[in-house]
Amino acid sequence: MPGITPSQTVGPFFHVALPAYAGPELVAPDVPGAVRIEGVLRDGAGEPVPDGMVEVWQAHPSGRYDHPEDPRTDLPLTPGFTGFGRCGTDAQGRFAFVTLKPGCVPGPGGSMQAPHIEVAVFGRGLLKQLFTRLYFPDEAKANAADPVLALVPAEQRHTLVAAAGEGVLRFDITLQGPDQTAFFDV
Amino acid sequence: MTGTGDGRTAPAGDVIGYRRDEGAHPPYLYPDYVGTRRRAPDRPLVVVPHTLSEITGPLYGHSSIGELDHDLTRQHAGEPLGQRIIVHGRVLDGDGRPVPDALIEVWQANAAGRYAHEVDDHPAPLDPNFSGAGRCLTGSDGRFEFITIKPGAYPWKNHPNAWRPAHIHLSIFGRAFVTRLVTQMYFPGDPLFDQDPIFNSVRDPRARARLVSTFDPERTVPEWALAYRFDIVLRGRDATPMEA
Ligand SMILES: [Fe+2]
Repeated sequence: MPGITPSQTVGPFFHVALPAYAGPELVAPDVPGAVRIEGVLRDGAGEPVPDGMVEVWQAHPSGRYDHPEDPRTDLPLTPGFTGFGRCGTDAQGRFAFVTLKPGCVPGPGGSMQAPHIEVAVFGRGLLKQLFTRLYFPDEAKANAADPVLALVPAEQRHTLVAAAGEGVLRFDITLQGPDQTAFFDV
Repeated sequence: MTGTGDGRTAPAGDVIGYRRDEGAHPPYLYPDYVGTRRRAPDRPLVVVPHTLSEITGPLYGHSSIGELDHDLTRQHAGEPLGQRIIVHGRVLDGDGRPVPDALIEVWQANAAGRYAHEVDDHPAPLDPNFSGAGRCLTGSDGRFEFITIKPGAYPWKNHPNAWRPAHIHLSIFGRAFVTRLVTQMYFPGDPLFDQDPIFNSVRDPRARARLVSTFDPERTVPEWALAYRFDIVLRGRDATPMEA
């Protein structure tokens, strides 16, 4: 078996190539049901990270992924929606996405996962991307039954649930320290 | 398989996951690389199983790539300065099988070691004929090819007199969100390797060697370009579904 290729940091200059290709608007903001997600990426000193990049991947509103390994072809896909987006952080560490709320996705052992968005964080100083998930604040019951959220230490679980704001969901990501977001070994 | 409109009674989601890091990747905290000190998480990572969410990911079609997107020397009216090179290789999975239709994006400094980026203040000249960004999709055999110029080394402020070895940044999408890889390709014999903490953050010397391209005389084009080969190996697949 060949050895895998090691990861290296995305560095501070990725903007010349990356965000241009798939942007932060997974849908246009005027599409019915569009959800705006805003957050700030911070380091262990609480300082905003101005050279980070956040990528998201999610199911369609039906709960189906636009991918051949999702066998549930009876569930509809939303035309023009891929489920992938990315956003470089600005000078204040801010990122934002406009998307559609995903449906539920089956989990291991016959379980059902709460609606969630897969999140990966890249940046200068990150030698490998960090993985986490965003869950929705209006899904308390589904969140309580989610098999992945259940694996997160109770005191860190709130870091994965976005906060409801005025027409926007807030999802801050903190890389280090007492307020650190829960990150995954996947 | 049946499901309802919102997927809430959909069938079991037991999937075949991807194998975990075999020790090839660098740690998050590598203090010699100063940028990791405030950015590496200090709580243990939460080990989670792979579900449909992890084993799927964005897929791209050939219609999304322009005919010249892989040629960084033909994006402007004139040709960029520097040593013209062909960079080619294959994208494989951890079992050695080719990964077709994998999107590869690249970016790099110009021949003088300067990025066409507003925050790069290295006092080296910009090249009006070089933006330093390209993309391509692998073929059915996993092969890819870029045409570019050899990037220059550049200074940075990590430690006194720090210089990055010449490198090309690569971003690769495999078939899944968890096979996504961002890395850097280096050139053989670079005298700057020993003092570079990003290169040396990969602790296993065999893994580190996989970041270094090989000079490929077979693919050089007489009187036109030198060639380097760089194979990229993504995570392999588990043999059986994950335990619930
Ligand atoms: Fe670089």
